[in-house]
Amino acid sequence: MRVTVDQDKCCGAGSCVLSAPDVFDQRDEDGIVVLLDARPRAELHEAVREAAAVCPAAAIALEEATERV
Amino acid sequence: MTTAPHTDPATTSAPFAVPATRAPGCPFDPAPAVDRARQEAPVTRATLWDGSPVWLVTRHQDVRAVLGDPRFSADANRPGFPFLTAGARVLAEDTTFSFIRKDDPEHARLRRMLTADFMIKKVEAMRPQVQEITDDLLDRMTDGRTSADLVTEFALPLPSLVICLLLGVPYEDHAFFQERSRVLLTLRSTPDEVRTSQNELLDYLTRLAAKKRKEPDDGIISRLVARGELSDEAIAGMGRLLLIAGHETTANMTALGTLALLRNPSQLELLRTEPSLIKGAVEELLRYLTIIHNGVPRTATEDVTVGGTTVRAGEGVLCTLNAANRDEAVFPGGDALDVTRDARLHVAFGFGIHQCLGQPLARIEMQIALETLLRRLPDLHLAIPFEEVPFRHDMGIYGVHALPVGW
Ligand code: HEM
Ligand code: SF4
Repeated sequence: MRVTVDQDKCCGAGSCVLSAPDVFDQRDEDGIVVLLDARPRAELHEAVREAAAVCPAAAIALEEATERV
Repeated sequence: MTTAPHTDPATTSAPFAVPATRAPGCPFDPAPAVDRARQEAPVTRATLWDGSPVWLVTRHQDVRAVLGDPRFSADANRPGFPFLTAGARVLAEDTTFSFIRKDDPEHARLRRMLTADFMIKKVEAMRPQVQEITDDLLDRMTDGRTSADLVTEFALPLPSLVICLLLGVPYEDHAFFQERSRVLLTLRSTPDEVRTSQNELLDYLTRLAAKKRKEPDDGIISRLVARGELSDEAIAGMGRLLLIAGHETTANMTALGTLALLRNPSQLELLRTEPSLIKGAVEELLRYLTIIHNGVPRTATEDVTVGGTTVRAGEGVLCTLNAANRDEAVFPGGDALDVTRDARLHVAFGFGIHQCLGQPLARIEMQIALETLLRRLPDLHLAIPFEEVPFRHDMGIYGVHALPVGW
């Protein structure tokens, strides 16, 4: 899985941090999303999918690895 | 033929008036008309107080689609914007209405001045302080007594104290701003009443901003003043939004949430025996009760197809969060309260770029308030018959006007 975030879209209410704190954080100065881990390990994938689903601003994009399904 | 009616047969039944009325005896459920609309015609015509038409968007996926779509505007000054009440239209005359009724990029510019104050780590660090305020209020409420009104003694002062602290507003003035908030949130307030209350509140906050210019502190208002980018009037507009949104909402969720648990004793018992369920329980209460209950307004800026229905440019829509949060497609058995449910996809805080800025704070306030209340008062019970509880059918934010409890 590859994760990307769009900081211009982010509205900073932190839902992604609640879902997957190992993968997302918020910038100290303005609360905008920071990606901690663009290739999270498999145990985190479910949490990352949830983060993308709850993100209100469509600021999180996921590219699922298709080769090993 | 540009005036042709929209042809979906399901939307041609007679439109009903919004806000729609809840069924007697079902104070936790959305109005039956709105519920029926979700099942039969998910994008349906309704009529506002002034007779103007509005689209009601009721399904979870459609509500998320509209609120997440930049082709729908939240700008209250755009022609066609669906005002829920006569008073709401008066509020929009004021350009300091702040970013909740503005579009990007102006919305983002203003919102981003506050996002750091409500981010998760900042709010998590406030837990000890919120716990202390909670314990103090319960000490005072229970001191030498066995009954009280939970709203005035606990549910309302808790978030009011917290938001005052954050903003740098003196809590001694709470009677003043709570009374003005009440007028602004009462659906039947006349335009004159709304105008007067709004001006008094803005004058008060403008004076406060001017005072912070001379005597700065580390509250939000003072820091907005120090940025030097906003007039005192604009800061007052931001302050008003935060002050009202910051205490009326959590207060009502706390009181209504307590009542919902008291009415569902098996759920209450689960939560008492397993306090670690509290975070999920708060999400489920947010979903089940959805206190922003009359619909979130937007205007289409171009023709957009929503759930198979064409909404034309300039037409207004109301996204009924409470209906969406009962959508069986997302929340099976959604008409029941189930504190073990995964309710995190609820839209009680809205969706899209306007999704609630204060949600991290609201969450910790509710988690601490409910956990502490249940732990400290094991015999908590309603002190009046359920049928006599005064529900806030008359308000923009749902809840109870009072909640007499004993312990
Ligand atoms: C249970 C408690 C709460 C609920 C259910 C709630 C609900 C909502 C909803 C539905 C919206 C979206 C309105 C729209 O799209 O037009 C919203 C926006 C907002 N809320 Fe909350 N809220 C709560 C608590 C709070 C708190 C504690 C604060 C502040 C301290 C707050 C501040 C705001 C602000 C500033 C906005 C406007 C955001 C924007 O337009 O970008 N809310 N809230
Ligand atoms: S959930 Fe989305 S909008 Fe919210 S902080 Fe994370 S990336 Fe930003």
